[in-house]
Amino acid sequence: MSSTEIGYIRKELPEKIKTIGLTLFVVGTALGIIGFLIDPQRASLSYLVTFMFLVSIGVGSLFLVALEYAVGADWSTPFRRISEFLAAVIPFLIILVIPLLFNLKYIFPWTHKSIVDSSVMLKGKTPYLNVPFFIIRSIGIFLIWWVFYYFIIRNSRKQDTTKDQYLTKKNINISSGFIPVFGISITAIAFDWMMSLEPNWFSTIFGVYYFSGTVWCALAALTLIVILLNEHGYLHSKIKSEHYYTLGLLMFAFTVFWAYIAFSQYLLIWYADLPDETIWFMHRWVGGWKVVSLAIVFTHFIFPFFYLLSYNVKMQAKKLKFIAIWILCAHFLDLYWLVMPGMSTNGYQYSFSWMDLVFPVAAVGLIILIFKSLSHKYNLLPIGDPKLQRGLDFHL
Amino acid sequence: MNENKVLHSVAALFDTPDKIINAARKVKDAGYTMFDVNTSYPVHGMDKAMGLGQSKIGYVTLFFGFAGAVFIFLFMGWSMAINYPYIVGGKPFFPYQAFIPITFEVTVLCGSIATVVGMLAVFFNLPFLSHPIHGSNYIKEVSVDKFGVVIEAEDPLFDKNKVFEFFKNLGAGKIEFIYEPEKQAIKILQPKFIVFLAVVAALTSFSTYFTLNKLMYIVPFNWMDNQKKSNPQSETNFFYDGYAMRTPVEGTVARGFMPYPFHEQALPSEPLANPTLPTKQILKIGQEKFLTFCSPCHGNYAEGVSRLMGQFPPGPTLHSAKIIGYSDGMIYNIITNGQNAMPSYAYQIPREQRWAIIDYIRVLQRAQNPKPSDFQAIKELNKESGKNVVN
Repeated sequence: MSSTEIGYIRKELPEKIKTIGLTLFVVGTALGIIGFLIDPQRASLSYLVTFMFLVSIGVGSLFLVALEYAVGADWSTPFRRISEFLAAVIPFLIILVIPLLFNLKYIFPWTHKSIVDSSVMLKGKTPYLNVPFFIIRSIGIFLIWWVFYYFIIRNSRKQDTTKDQYLTKKNINISSGFIPVFGISITAIAFDWMMSLEPNWFSTIFGVYYFSGTVWCALAALTLIVILLNEHGYLHSKIKSEHYYTLGLLMFAFTVFWAYIAFSQYLLIWYADLPDETIWFMHRWVGGWKVVSLAIVFTHFIFPFFYLLSYNVKMQAKKLKFIAIWILCAHFLDLYWLVMPGMSTNGYQYSFSWMDLVFPVAAVGLIILIFKSLSHKYNLLPIGDPKLQRGLDFHL
Repeated sequence: MNENKVLHSVAALFDTPDKIINAARKVKDAGYTMFDVNTSYPVHGMDKAMGLGQSKIGYVTLFFGFAGAVFIFLFMGWSMAINYPYIVGGKPFFPYQAFIPITFEVTVLCGSIATVVGMLAVFFNLPFLSHPIHGSNYIKEVSVDKFGVVIEAEDPLFDKNKVFEFFKNLGAGKIEFIYEPEKQAIKILQPKFIVFLAVVAALTSFSTYFTLNKLMYIVPFNWMDNQKKSNPQSETNFFYDGYAMRTPVEGTVARGFMPYPFHEQALPSEPLANPTLPTKQILKIGQEKFLTFCSPCHGNYAEGVSRLMGQFPPGPTLHSAKIIGYSDGMIYNIITNGQNAMPSYAYQIPREQRWAIIDYIRVLQRAQNPKPSDFQAIKELNKESGKNVVN
């Protein structure tokens, strides 16, 4: 099947996008470096929030790609390439994590010997929570993701020219292997980088909590980009509101899934009412954090739930664009809420800082730059994929 | 041959899904409204081709889902906080967090039941006994491998020959006229049926009565079920008053039980003597019970400074001259009957242990006010064992 048969006409994205991306990235990075020089402690915590956001987008998108292969979905094939481009953040994670690894002492209380010695629980956790093992674990997980990313994406791109159906089969096998690995590794990342900010606290569902947000966020990014590109005719004329509807439906499903997981975590802790466990919520219920906690309930669940409940909203590109941006912001707020209140455990007092807004700007710039350069090299549609035609003809 | 029958509809069969979608679109475009499409599996894009709007069933689900949620939430709140306020697990009377799982479940339950019932009752106009197309050849074909479209005679644009021609132009495989079935009067109240109902009712009543009142009490083996004895709480002819259970003779004293004669405020000169000897074993029991029951208020060393200080009426020190002067019997009376803010411990602490506690209190008092001979004794003890037994 040639690209002309499918009806995809390749168009170059405008150079303006590159300028925007570069500007955002350079400005954000420059200010971020200044932040690191002025106040490395505050900067590394701000950086951690943004870093987790990039992890969400990158590995969440790779999960969506793998999911499509593993379950044999065809409705999402026309925009699988978009997720692949977003997953290209993964190789960068290994570089992006370096500033954090040098500043571990500012982030994690368990890196201080005096704090560990004062707590029986932390002493018991040292075989897992120690700096060398932590670094090995993080780098190892990013490398594993990168290996899976490399093979899945290589096969997918090769298919554009060879049209080899066997590559799809190969990718199904790789994806089926990736999904369980993803489940374990995302849990480990969530435990390591966010739960261990308050090392005395623990919640076994925390990994699932982060996972639900991750996929939600990746879906929102995908929806936003698909709609933006398609509105300007960069994708395919056959991609229409029914495709959008399905994306909206998945976002809706993950909104509910997140609420289910978040509430499961809260309810058990609320019921048992043990000081070791409630302290985590207490940190998020004092002062201004109370407002943020309630805002999370509203922005992360109540509003998206009622908004996406309607059939008409899911069919309209404009309204979906709005909720996609909303979801990206809500997920960022959620991560901020997970990371920041834990500061007091490390002996710092929280206050809002301009740095919290600088790093996300750089992250958005980075994603735009990656996307632009990849779209320059590769098609925006996987034109060699045997499922593509079925995906384009998708009906509800 | 079907001249006297009423025409219900005209049905046409098509071979492929593409053809049926095309046909449905054409039928819609021709202006027919009372038509339906039957396929053996869901055909994508059919809703659009038929010009169907969005189903209204979603609103039913929404309304009943929320109605259920609001109802159950308020109901739980009312029953837990207003009707019968009861503390469960140290939570407030209105623990809304605990209501959420049930609210969620009831939302789903009400929403789904309302959806099914609403769909059947309101949108499909069920229940009805039969639909005219059920008897036709057409429905047999479309439930196997054909795709069919039906235009009903009630349609304002309906004209038998026109529709026939219309279907023919669309390339229909087969065209069938479907007639209303002959109206059959359904007589429920026939004499036969009434007799049948009566017989069933009689049989059911009899078998229920027989099972519950006779069959259940037929014992196959009467081994030790009936014995010649009087069971507790039952009647008997053996005693003059007819009760099987007897009360003890007045003035009976149970074995190992010594009734306590004083129930009023005792005097410091209480004559009751301590029956225990302050041996090591007794003191150990006394210490254990003192730490359990007495120390929360009186303190671990009976010094009157305790961990409940400020949350409770403070227990006085037991090292005051007044209490040292109390006789053992007096302290025993206080533990047994309580005094001032102190409640009775008669039910928590058995009698021997109460005496053991008193022995332990005496030890504590002696330790606060030692005599010179005590120091001498300690010195001798240290000398004997060769090390510092007591500092």
